[in-house]
Amino acid sequence: MKLRTALLGAVAALGLAPAAFAERGTDGEVKLTFPQAVSIMNPYLSGGTKDIYASSMVLEPLAGLDPDGNLVTKMAAEIPSLENGGISADLTSITWKLLPDLKWSDGSAVTADDAVFTWQYCTHPEGGCAQATKFEGVASVEAVDASTIKVTFTGPKPNPFTAFVGALSPVLQKAQFEACLGAAAQTCTDANNMPIGTGPFKVTGFTVNDTVSMEANPNYRDAAKPAFATAVIKGGGDAEGSARAVMETGEFDYAWNTQIPPDSQAAMTAAGKGQFVVAFGTLVERIEMNTTDPSPELPEGERSTAKHPHPILSDIKVRTALSKAIDRSILVEVGYGAGGAPTCNVIPAPAAWASDNTGCIAQDMEGAKALLDEAGWTDSDGDGIRDKDGKKLALLYQTSVNPIRQDFQALIKDWWTELGVEVELKAIDAGVYFGGDPGSPDTFQKFYADVEMYANNSDNPDPETYLGQYQCKNAPTPENGWQGENINRYCDPAYDELHAKLTQTTDVAERQAIAKQLNDMVTKDSMIVIPLVHRGTLSAHSNSLGGVQINAWDSELWNVADWFRVK
Amino acid sequence: MLTFTLRRLLLAIPTLLVVSLVIFLLVDLAPGSPLSEIPLTVPPEVRQKMIEAMGADQPVFVRYLLWLRQFFWVEPATLIDGWFGTTLAEGEQRILSWQSRSPVFTIIGQRLPQTLIVIGTAYLVGVLIALPIGIYSAYRQYSLFDQGGTLFAMIGFSVPTFFSGTLFIIIFAVWLGWFPTKYDTQLEVVDWATFWEQIRQMALPVMTLGLANAAAISRYMRSSMLDNMAMDYVRTARAKGMSERTVVLKHVLRNSMIPVVTVIALGIPTIFGGAIITENLFGVNGIGAALIGAIHANDIPMVQTLAFIFAVLIVLFNLIADVLYGLLDPRIRYD
Repeated sequence: MKLRTALLGAVAALGLAPAAFAERGTDGEVKLTFPQAVSIMNPYLSGGTKDIYASSMVLEPLAGLDPDGNLVTKMAAEIPSLENGGISADLTSITWKLLPDLKWSDGSAVTADDAVFTWQYCTHPEGGCAQATKFEGVASVEAVDASTIKVTFTGPKPNPFTAFVGALSPVLQKAQFEACLGAAAQTCTDANNMPIGTGPFKVTGFTVNDTVSMEANPNYRDAAKPAFATAVIKGGGDAEGSARAVMETGEFDYAWNTQIPPDSQAAMTAAGKGQFVVAFGTLVERIEMNTTDPSPELPEGERSTAKHPHPILSDIKVRTALSKAIDRSILVEVGYGAGGAPTCNVIPAPAAWASDNTGCIAQDMEGAKALLDEAGWTDSDGDGIRDKDGKKLALLYQTSVNPIRQDFQALIKDWWTELGVEVELKAIDAGVYFGGDPGSPDTFQKFYADVEMYANNSDNPDPETYLGQYQCKNAPTPENGWQGENINRYCDPAYDELHAKLTQTTDVAERQAIAKQLNDMVTKDSMIVIPLVHRGTLSAHSNSLGGVQINAWDSELWNVADWFRVK
Repeated sequence: MLTFTLRRLLLAIPTLLVVSLVIFLLVDLAPGSPLSEIPLTVPPEVRQKMIEAMGADQPVFVRYLLWLRQFFWVEPATLIDGWFGTTLAEGEQRILSWQSRSPVFTIIGQRLPQTLIVIGTAYLVGVLIALPIGIYSAYRQYSLFDQGGTLFAMIGFSVPTFFSGTLFIIIFAVWLGWFPTKYDTQLEVVDWATFWEQIRQMALPVMTLGLANAAAISRYMRSSMLDNMAMDYVRTARAKGMSERTVVLKHVLRNSMIPVVTVIALGIPTIFGGAIITENLFGVNGIGAALIGAIHANDIPMVQTLAFIFAVLIVLFNLIADVLYGLLDPRIRYD
């Protein structure tokens, strides 16, 4: 026993050795490249992932999430829980304790007032805060004392880890942003570009949409970190160029979002200078079915609304047949390689929240044909297209302009044509498709097509908000300016009821069971959503960069303080 | 000449006003939203608030008049404040980019030097290559050199920069490892080592653009030389017993330069406009990269301001070319 303990101790000491001997700023410069350049370093004014990841090297929340979706402390001394009294028994408040002696990079002390200010900043009605949902349901944020923050909710909150958790919701320095409340937030260029934070780096130079220069934060809480003295994020170009700069020329150490075709991935890996890493979050490429009639013959204002059910897709047999005809494994092979996996779920991860639904993975063309026959769609005139009551089985299939999506459209069109469905393809510029302009007929919300493809994800491992999208009330309509997330106009009172139950449930195991049930209701039970590919985010790092742990639940750069140069 | 220049300058004012309105309406009517790059996880109510905070929900004419005021009053006033320490523009709202919330003119100020250095060098290199090729090709028409020059020009014309640029990257950066593929905009030239760095990182973009520029100008030079070679005065010069060198380089070249100088002058505004594709490919943070980035993000203030500045430059350089024409060719007089 003694010997074993001693051995364990020795192993632990060896394992910790590099960290123990490391010193801040001894490893020179770490160079990162993003295919989209960083525009602003304040995540509250930008929803863009590039900006959020860059700012996560500088600004920190109270707690973050690790690659398994578990909470890890950042500015907080510990994670509040029911056991340690941090979360009140009635789930209406959460109390955070700041780390003792925590300092901003300018040397001033972090206090609870900074968190209170951050809440006021993001909830100001004229501020245009992009992360307002993080503070949804928050009644107040108070400073109990200089290092204790109490967040009170308007009602019991089963998942209180939204405000100040993760890279989307960091704490701002009150002294720096005090003059930037409300409408003034937009004009505080210096503060927005060079925020003062508690993270491992501080900004030393910022050129808009090009380069962020940083140096190690002299007041970072761990005296031995970060190992790098300086850091640079160079933006611009494309995914291919970024990947090349890491994998082939070795100019950069890390490239975020190197989504390139599988054959290029293999060729670049063969160069031997670096490796691709992939993180699977909840991002799912899917086909959404329109349950309403998008026919251009209908008067404007009635197209794609609940007034007119879809003449073809209202039949679940047709929807199921369309799903059965697709070979998801081929889609992954063509489009994503190691960066994707076939899926039948809208919630594919974390494992504890994902349904075991795999029924759609194997392609079943014969089964699909049989289903359409059963539904009364037969090829009566022998032109290869099925029809019923004189109406052709013809669908308009739209998505955004993107090489992989156009490949998917072509493949799926082939399968559906084999099935006897006439398919018309449409590709819309991403700026228009996702732009949400109510005046444009081509937004994905307006859905003036029969089926459409895009990807969506939950920004929290707990999918309550994400699943809430499919409630009846969230359907885009002319009355709400075509804003709404229930793209399919799916409306099932049983779903709404179950989702309401989810918001009331506090037991985690029970929440997971309900989430799986909700997932199944929109996928295998109703076939309203046809999930295709569970997409990972693919990044690349050079072999000389150590410590990279890619993370789908928080910023990919969440542990940049631990990165080091492999010698 | 002076009255001509003044009259043209005055006429430019209404032209530019109309141009600015047309650009504004075009950019505004184009579909898309400044929030199209925001992830779908941001709900509609929050998007609405963000739009309001940007001022993007105001009626189009309010925004146009505001932009005019900002462009012609606030921005010049800010510039004067910067020079003389006055407070003319205090408390005034500058033109802010929607994407980055930084003043548009600050961004342009950051980016113009890169564009001028890289694109300007490429233009200069292009001209320096093109002139000798054009002259000698014309002098030895249908020779092997002329055929080679024609081939070079055809390649330069027909191969788009996104292809030639990628090809150069693969050959010179990936295989040979001579040059970097990403331009380091933070590099400051302080000694010979950093100067050499700067030359190395400029090599690929300059090569890519220089090829395209040289192709066009060499063709102009060649055809202009050919026109003049057939003139009577050339025969006269030869008959007088002048050396071939004097005939070609003094008599023919001078006369042939007149249209070529105009072409070169009219090409200068494109230097300021940057090179959208090449800048993006090599990560040169110039004006062209800014423009395409802003178009992608539907950053209307940025697109509008840049497009209008290009319009001003084009009007200005057209005028300069006209004036230059008068100086070069005594037969042309505007009074």
